[in-house]
Amino acid sequence: MTDQLVIGGHNFNSRFILGSGKFSLEIVKAVVENGGAEMVTLALRRANLGGEENILDYIPNYITLLPNTSGARTAAEAVKIARLAREINCGNFVKVEVIKDSKYLLPDNDETIKATEILAKDGFVVMPYMYPDLNVARDLVSAGAAAVMPLAAPIGSNKGLSTRDFIEILVSEIAVPIIVDAGIGRPSQACEAMEMGVDAVMCNTAVATAKNIPLMARAFGQAIESGRNAYLAGLGRVLTHGEASSPLTGFLED
Amino acid sequence: MIKKRTDPMAYQPGMEMITSDIRDKVLKNVDNYDYLKVSAGDVKQALRKEHLSIEDYGALLSPAATPYLEEMAKKAIIETRKHFGNSIGLFTPLYIANYCENNCVYCGFNCQNKIRRGKLTMAEMEEELKAIAKTGLKEILILTGESRHHSGVNYIGEGIKLAAKYFSTVGIEIYPLNADEYADLKNCGADFVSVYQETYNLSKYEQVHLSGSKRVFPYRFDAQERALLGGMRGVSFGALLGLDDFRKDAFATGLHAAFILQKYPHAEIGFSTPRLRPFINNTANNPNDVHEKQLLQVMLAYRLLMPFAGITISTRERAGFRDHVIGMVATKISAGVRVGVGGHEEKEKGDEQFEISDPRSVREVHQMILKRGLQPVYSDYIRV
Repeated sequence: MTDQLVIGGHNFNSRFILGSGKFSLEIVKAVVENGGAEMVTLALRRANLGGEENILDYIPNYITLLPNTSGARTAAEAVKIARLAREINCGNFVKVEVIKDSKYLLPDNDETIKATEILAKDGFVVMPYMYPDLNVARDLVSAGAAAVMPLAAPIGSNKGLSTRDFIEILVSEIAVPIIVDAGIGRPSQACEAMEMGVDAVMCNTAVATAKNIPLMARAFGQAIESGRNAYLAGLGRVLTHGEASSPLTGFLED
Repeated sequence: MIKKRTDPMAYQPGMEMITSDIRDKVLKNVDNYDYLKVSAGDVKQALRKEHLSIEDYGALLSPAATPYLEEMAKKAIIETRKHFGNSIGLFTPLYIANYCENNCVYCGFNCQNKIRRGKLTMAEMEEELKAIAKTGLKEILILTGESRHHSGVNYIGEGIKLAAKYFSTVGIEIYPLNADEYADLKNCGADFVSVYQETYNLSKYEQVHLSGSKRVFPYRFDAQERALLGGMRGVSFGALLGLDDFRKDAFATGLHAAFILQKYPHAEIGFSTPRLRPFINNTANNPNDVHEKQLLQVMLAYRLLMPFAGITISTRERAGFRDHVIGMVATKISAGVRVGVGGHEEKEKGDEQFEISDPRSVREVHQMILKRGLQPVYSDYIRV
């Protein structure tokens, strides 16, 4: 059985998307390999082309780059950054991030919709980072988003699925892949998100701040795969109270 | 005859006055801050919190928090790593002129101090910028003394345009400007503005800023706000520790930044923690009661108040201190530093502002960062 993640017509075997912004570059390759990731984000503002410590020199060639628009505070800025990424051959994928809140780094959904529409028309495979809101997710899909990336909790917080109920709504209502992004702190939380039926999980801080980073990447890769399998297998019933040994309605006559 | 000094609250001609209640809010809180009343229990409570209240922040800056420095550090390193991961930004300052019209008693550039003055021509500046760019750096901080006469806004703007040719991030640490002037410099390619209030205690401020436009306390105080109104992306704050009561000044600095962010949520916030240093003709200038322990306490309190803020550690501090605070609390470090005018390519054209304690090159600092398991970051900003 092939169970592939399809985003904008591209197929992926792995459902683990790796955020790269918080690592030491020399271990990026080991993290990618251990986690089995096939897609890695790239903050364009960090790409020091031709200069010292350029992240592009450290990401293996077979990886699909997911340039993000971090640093953008408006749709217009996000569009400019995305186009710059394409100019330097980072491919057609773009993770739209529009953030004008320096404290919590919460995405601006309105501007994100605007940027998504422009970039999708421009031929990008647009994956917008968003606050999980059903109406916004629908608008993003109408605007041409190839996936939506709702946050699980504030970025870097490692708090897990704080927005669980709202992500579940997206899972049941939205046709494009749902990729949980931001806030996932441990493999068990990533697994839980996958069991819920999200299509992929992105993480960065949780891996980058582990003691043994490659090993944690492996743990995440396994958890995500395991959660996916559990989802596909169909979770068993959950007992919320004891069950009577004989049926409660057995006394009924025809 | 003793010359009568001007009122430090009176604006001078040409200084823009904006409507803002931030100064009143900061100063009122500082007035009410009595760090001697803080108990160990208050400190422990603050350490348990995820988001600090004003009182919690005051507790962490109090003498009662001194025994909890290790716990503060443990909490700070988690916050720093959460927000910045392994990244440590690298940059260097470039002093383009050291003429100054202010008489600030603690500063080597003060107009009464007999030092060699100079300013770089555009050609000299370009040579300096090229020499710095060769070290691999992508972020530069342009500095001047405070002289509108010798180093006017146009001169600085031309310098910024040149710098933007070679560097992806250009910051400025110059005299405070009006909002429209900040907008002009933003158009030239500058995006980040550092202005340090030095001390938030008005009576001390008045005693140490004897003359010049810097004597005007409120104009300096509102500089960050005018910079943001002018379209700048980020602003930095700092008190010159050791000038007055450092606990109160650090308390005020944090609140100043916090209230600015509340009003301008998109602003990127940075802190610097300069301590007084010896300078030419005043080798006795020193940070008084702000020893490394106190300095670290201030840095940790800034971090815990604003886990997402950039904190810079300058070459005013020794290598051993700088190396240990990066990753734990500081997120940005200068390297290959000269604090005289120019000096990267040619001989310095003007004397230094203060004595530096860490002369290491960009390469040496880069290696040190790697050795500490951290990641040197040259570029972290994209100008669009």
